[in-house]
Amino acid sequence: MTVASVARSRARTEEGWRQLHPRTVWVTALTVAGVLAGVAVPIIIGIADDVPIWLSVVVALGGIAVASGLAALVDLMRWRYTTYRVTDERVELRYAWVLHKTRSVPRERVRTVDLTANPLQRVFGLAKVAIGTGQQAGEHSHVTLDPVDKAVAEELRRVLLRRAPAAEVEAPAGPEIATLDWRWIRYAPISVTTPLLGAAAFGAVIQVSEWFKLQGEVFETVRGLFGGLSILGLVAVLAVAAVIVGVIGSLGLFVEMWYRYRLAREDGNLVMTRGLLTTRTLSLERRRLRGVEVIEPLGVRLAGAARVDVIVTGLTQKTDDNKTDPKTILPAAPYETARRVAADVLGSPAATATPVTRHPRAALWRRVRWALYSVLTLVAVLAALGWLLTDVLLHLAWISAVVLTPVALFLAAESYRNLGHGLAERHLLTRYGVGARRTAALERTGVIGWTITSSPFQRKAGLVTLHATTSANKGAYPVYDVDANEGLHFADEAIPGLLRPFLESQD
Amino acid sequence: MEGQVRLRPPRNRVDPRAVRYWMTTEAISNVVGALVLGVLALLIEPARFWLLLALGVALLIGIPYMIVMPLWRYRVHRWEVTEDAVYTRTGWLWQEWRIAPMSRIQTVDTARGPLEQAFRLSSVTVTTASAAGPLKIRGLDHVVAEDLVERLTEVTQANRGDAT
Repeated sequence: MTVASVARSRARTEEGWRQLHPRTVWVTALTVAGVLAGVAVPIIIGIADDVPIWLSVVVALGGIAVASGLAALVDLMRWRYTTYRVTDERVELRYAWVLHKTRSVPRERVRTVDLTANPLQRVFGLAKVAIGTGQQAGEHSHVTLDPVDKAVAEELRRVLLRRAPAAEVEAPAGPEIATLDWRWIRYAPISVTTPLLGAAAFGAVIQVSEWFKLQGEVFETVRGLFGGLSILGLVAVLAVAAVIVGVIGSLGLFVEMWYRYRLAREDGNLVMTRGLLTTRTLSLERRRLRGVEVIEPLGVRLAGAARVDVIVTGLTQKTDDNKTDPKTILPAAPYETARRVAADVLGSPAATATPVTRHPRAALWRRVRWALYSVLTLVAVLAALGWLLTDVLLHLAWISAVVLTPVALFLAAESYRNLGHGLAERHLLTRYGVGARRTAALERTGVIGWTITSSPFQRKAGLVTLHATTSANKGAYPVYDVDANEGLHFADEAIPGLLRPFLESQD
Repeated sequence: MEGQVRLRPPRNRVDPRAVRYWMTTEAISNVVGALVLGVLALLIEPARFWLLLALGVALLIGIPYMIVMPLWRYRVHRWEVTEDAVYTRTGWLWQEWRIAPMSRIQTVDTARGPLEQAFRLSSVTVTTASAAGPLKIRGLDHVVAEDLVERLTEVTQANRGDAT
């Protein structure tokens, strides 16, 4: 070691550079070993007829040891050369071996600090920290510390999100907005995931039985059990089984995701903790909040419930290890609870208590026409093909006309019923959606422009579609098919002064 | 403001050369489409009738479109920049009005394709922090476009904050 490098390494510690937690190496090694073991077991069983078990087990163990050793070594190098520090101005992450990388985020720009810990990391007392600026684009918008000690992670979250020390310190463990009520679990099975989970279970059974070369036997067993039933009966039994599995799966998923759910205010920011195996702590800085959305998917709505999503700037990272959309801050819960939580989060009861104005009848007729045209197109195509090719399609044509017309009309009416808009003291409200009804309450000061569109048909019917643009979420919230005059008054009143210079009296 | 209101058109039209520019673009796509179908018809004898039919239909729609759309579009496309906001109207059958306050503008760019250069035209793109797309003013004379960008850049530089 030269004098210079000693000086440099001392300077490095003096400047407050810290390392990630070394136990990450163990976590990585065990993860790789676990995954490989999961792959190896079915293969060993599959080839058991041709290769003696002891031989394949020895080979597999050797392979796993080598692979996880390599993974551990790679992770060790990553750990060895990665350092981070938090200064008064910036959060910096540095990787310095072969390829030198430095990532740095100004502290005043930090808008989110999210902690996640998978079961293995929890066993080792670690957590991953994702520090984000809430900027939409660019990889320089966030720094990920993967992983640090759990206590350090909590400390970082608290320090980085605290603004104006002393001046604005509210209650440190601030007021609670909502905690898990186990009765909410009854809404979990009434969602689209239930049939999907059921189907996935069937797929898994077939796949696993193939690994073990038992597929034929599985089919035999099923046939033996329900041998007396007709094909239709068998299908019914299997469907019921799928539903039961789906329900159990959705309940399990609910527990994994929402166990120990708690939403609270801390230093004025929103903090949500949840998770059974993988725990998550998500923090939203108040300045990023632009509103909330109360969402009622069809099944959940029929049960009188709704979930709540937040509208915040720069929350686009859905991937990573966040399986769920981090926007949801309340799972499906009774409507009144959802409304209270939404109002609490916004700090304005009016935002969810204000009734919305319905849209003109012309909007309904538009939807009815769309519905009929789409059915007509399908029927016409089927009929034309049937006329050219086979009579079966002709029958299919009239059957779909009879079945689909009422469905399409129902959806049209449903879509019309769900339209609405309104103004609360600090928020503008818009409601829309087929199936899932969404009611967005968007902060009026968070609207950064208007887009107004009209098609020839809308102009004839005196309707327009407004979009309030915002820097949050998907960028714009729509008010569909509102009366042209009413809509312009609404937009003008919502954000005073913006639209006024471009309006003129119509007479 | 009480009573019946409507949006007034933005003050400025785009450059009249834009009409010829739009017509040229459409003419090019018509010619390319016709050439492809024509060559195919020449080469593939069994499908000749159908290919020529397709060619006929394409031209029957394409040629009136080439004439009507640009003229109509020219009447619709307008823009205006006030002290406080940028205001545009675009489209032809489907029309779109966009308003963005000056204080929320993040970047201003100009772009000029090869064909636009031939007509001495530029388009100006004004972005805000919204993910729902920028405001675009197409078919400006490029001196006008340059002045506009300069003015908008000055204003946005004077704004502090991240315009979200």
